[in-house]
Amino acid sequence: MENKITKSLVIIGGGPAGLAAAVAAAENGLPAEDILILERDGRLGGILNQCIHNGFGLHTFKEELTGPEYAARFEERAKALHIPYKLGAMVLSISPEKVVTAVSREDGLFTVEAGAVILAMGCRERSRGALNIPGFRPAGVFSAGTAQRLVNMEGYMPGREVVILGSGDIGLIMARRMTLEGAKVHVVAELQPYSGGLKRNIVQCLDDFGIPLKLSHTVTEIHGKDRVTGVTISAVDDKLKPIPGTEEYYSCDTLLLSVGLIPENELTLGAGAPLSRVTNGPVVNESLETGVPGIFACGNVLHVHDLVDYVSEEAAQAGRAAAKYVQGGSKETAEPLSGGIKLEAKGGVRYTVPSIIHPENMPDTLTVRFRVGGIYKNSFISVYFGDQRVQHRKKTVMAPGEMEQVLLKKADLQNIDFDTVTVTVEAE
Amino acid sequence: MEKKRYDAVVIGAGVTGSAIARELSRYQAEICVLEKGEDVCTGTSKANSAIVHGGFDAKTGSLKAKMNVLGNRMMTQVAEELDVPFRRNGAFVLCFDENDMPALDELYERGVTNGVENLKILTGDEAREMEPALSDTVVAALFCPSSGIVCPFELTLGFAENAEKNGVEFKFECGVQNIRRENDLYILETEQGEIETRAVINAAGVHADEIHDMLLPHAFTITPRRGEYCLCDKNAGNLVDKTIFQLPTKLGKGILVTPTVHGNLLLGPTAENIEDREDTATTQSGLAFVLEKAGMSVKNVPSRQIITSFSGLRACADRGDFILEESAPNFFEAAGIESPGLTSAPAIGVYMAEMAAKALGLTKKESFNPVRHGVVHLNSLSVEERAEKIRENPLYGSIVCRCETISEGEIVDAIRRPLGAKTLDGVKRRTRAGMGRCQAGFCSPRVMDILARELNLPLTAIRKNEKGSEIVFGKTK
Repeated sequence: MENKITKSLVIIGGGPAGLAAAVAAAENGLPAEDILILERDGRLGGILNQCIHNGFGLHTFKEELTGPEYAARFEERAKALHIPYKLGAMVLSISPEKVVTAVSREDGLFTVEAGAVILAMGCRERSRGALNIPGFRPAGVFSAGTAQRLVNMEGYMPGREVVILGSGDIGLIMARRMTLEGAKVHVVAELQPYSGGLKRNIVQCLDDFGIPLKLSHTVTEIHGKDRVTGVTISAVDDKLKPIPGTEEYYSCDTLLLSVGLIPENELTLGAGAPLSRVTNGPVVNESLETGVPGIFACGNVLHVHDLVDYVSEEAAQAGRAAAKYVQGGSKETAEPLSGGIKLEAKGGVRYTVPSIIHPENMPDTLTVRFRVGGIYKNSFISVYFGDQRVQHRKKTVMAPGEMEQVLLKKADLQNIDFDTVTVTVEAE
Repeated sequence: MEKKRYDAVVIGAGVTGSAIARELSRYQAEICVLEKGEDVCTGTSKANSAIVHGGFDAKTGSLKAKMNVLGNRMMTQVAEELDVPFRRNGAFVLCFDENDMPALDELYERGVTNGVENLKILTGDEAREMEPALSDTVVAALFCPSSGIVCPFELTLGFAENAEKNGVEFKFECGVQNIRRENDLYILETEQGEIETRAVINAAGVHADEIHDMLLPHAFTITPRRGEYCLCDKNAGNLVDKTIFQLPTKLGKGILVTPTVHGNLLLGPTAENIEDREDTATTQSGLAFVLEKAGMSVKNVPSRQIITSFSGLRACADRGDFILEESAPNFFEAAGIESPGLTSAPAIGVYMAEMAAKALGLTKKESFNPVRHGVVHLNSLSVEERAEKIRENPLYGSIVCRCETISEGEIVDAIRRPLGAKTLDGVKRRTRAGMGRCQAGFCSPRVMDILARELNLPLTAIRKNEKGSEIVFGKTK
């Protein structure tokens, strides 16, 4: 086929991760014209375009930006560097040899032979179907992100009387957004005994508007054949099973679901990179390189983040690593996931990103990100080198909704006699 | 203006009514189909197992057995003519207990008597060799190679679009409220006024007895039998290749595990008689039952891969067999079309059309064209064909549904074609946009925009399916 081009680096996704990765790659010696961003939407910026609330960029820019403003900062930098991008370009497959096949209105079907690939496709929302909520299938059941798009991008109201299932950040933000638009949000039900969202969102989006949050509750039936007319909410036991007799009926015309985000890794699987069963993202090493040499990942496709600032940081790391990979020429890379030091998540730590470190390739300071599996109060984050505890930091509260991190120094991982670093939560 | 008089009016645009309409369109006649829903394929035809049954299950000598075997044989040609995805993947009926072997043998014998070809009884190990995911508790299986899987939406759309192409009129949101006989004509009182016709064909699914009772003394009762299903991601679609049934035992009929023709995995159905003919809700207990029973057939039920659940209502007549007859002069009925109704549709179409044509003295027309082309799915094209299609129309290069990679070109085709889509569900059934793992989370706002643009409607008028299922209420502040 004639529609074929070659690029040193192809970045799949022009959201916050893809943009920051592109900028970092260009700033680390990769000629901009050798980079290509493929974005499936009609504009750069990804999901930030519909996140019109503020609170973005506190870490990166020390100011409170809206989502589109935050995206614009990176978009401007990418454009100032003259990094090429294609919009409306949907990637259909990535081969293990890093041949990217994509389709767009302007270019038709085309392939890009890439020296390296950065995966930055983001995530999707868990749907009603995945929860298997019984009842009818009427109009009026939306994932929170879909409702956010309808309100913020299309300018239409998806409902007037609203119940929200799940206290993920988008659900919380939408509780406030719908309220400000004149809708009545009756309740937010959360299956877990704790919220899945950031504390600040609970305060600013629910508490400030008097919207009740019912922990350990779930929707057990959806009523209404054509349009939602109500939902039944039940309390759940400690095995998360609904408790008979606790059913409460809420009359409403809309049910919003904010019940989890799933990294979108169908392309990753197609390329042959193994995924983590915990994060649903690819397993990566210290360079954020997947199991396929030269394919890197960052942002929500790697693991779901709560702050975009961390996405940008992580993406910059992937961009630097990809630039280094390309500049190193086509040297025979070892399997990215073999050898090295294993990072183990233990005692309440659900996973770590990365999960393998080759000390020779790591930066002077490596950020290891992770999430905990429950609520921990006045506990310690500990790091062990082999059997020896080397970090022990007290945290007042840790929750599954907030990403945590530890820093590892390259200097500490030279000439070592252990092959495992453990990250764990300890009571004392 | 003189009122139009039809030769035949078919009530119901499900797979049965659409098949009858298509077969009637072979004749010189004015034909009309009345459908109370907003689209074809909105009742039982849209929510079933999508199986083309072999024909070993139905009682020998029954209309069910006859139509099933005939419909199965006709399906290859029908699918070819109407551009309908269909695959003969074969089926197993599993036996879990040596003591139940006589029942399996009986099924085999019945199948042979019914005319089902190439049936074979396999040992548990032979069955597991062909389907490694089968449970270790399977002791034997009946193998039916002629069983298949079909897209029930496309089959119904294929019949309907082909009927339309050959001159049949369709009226939607046109429920029949009463029927009377005047001077050798039937007058149908509908939501859209009175309609005159020489003949009526009742293919009203779960409402067929209500239609019958508008004209004639009560003669049969349709009981909706609800079946709940779980549909799994395409990642789980190759768990089994064949359709896996369970041998009916005293514990019940069991449930099936099958790939769909589009590569998903389908589990179900339950079987529960209910009162309400519109009650397509799923239940906690029903879905739990499906997963539990599926676990008997296969080792690892991919319950984490479920992307949606749904239920459908089979129209079960109290006579226990299909009702295919002329109940009054020129008043024909295709009622009680429960399983194997989808399989039988091609045969029922011919059977009923011939019955009506004979009574009305209709003659065949030469202009009949049996071929229908469905929406071109880019996924099914080669790289070159796909590139060519995008060169012809760049809308085919713009992907709207990420999960199923459906382009704007396909969606526009689905809306603009005859009997085109008017709703989100209509687009979904014609293109699969919204049928994937995100269940329309990403694409529904975009499909709504395209529908509004193509139909020249405000966004507030765009519906999920029937009246009252509008998706957005109005502008934001």
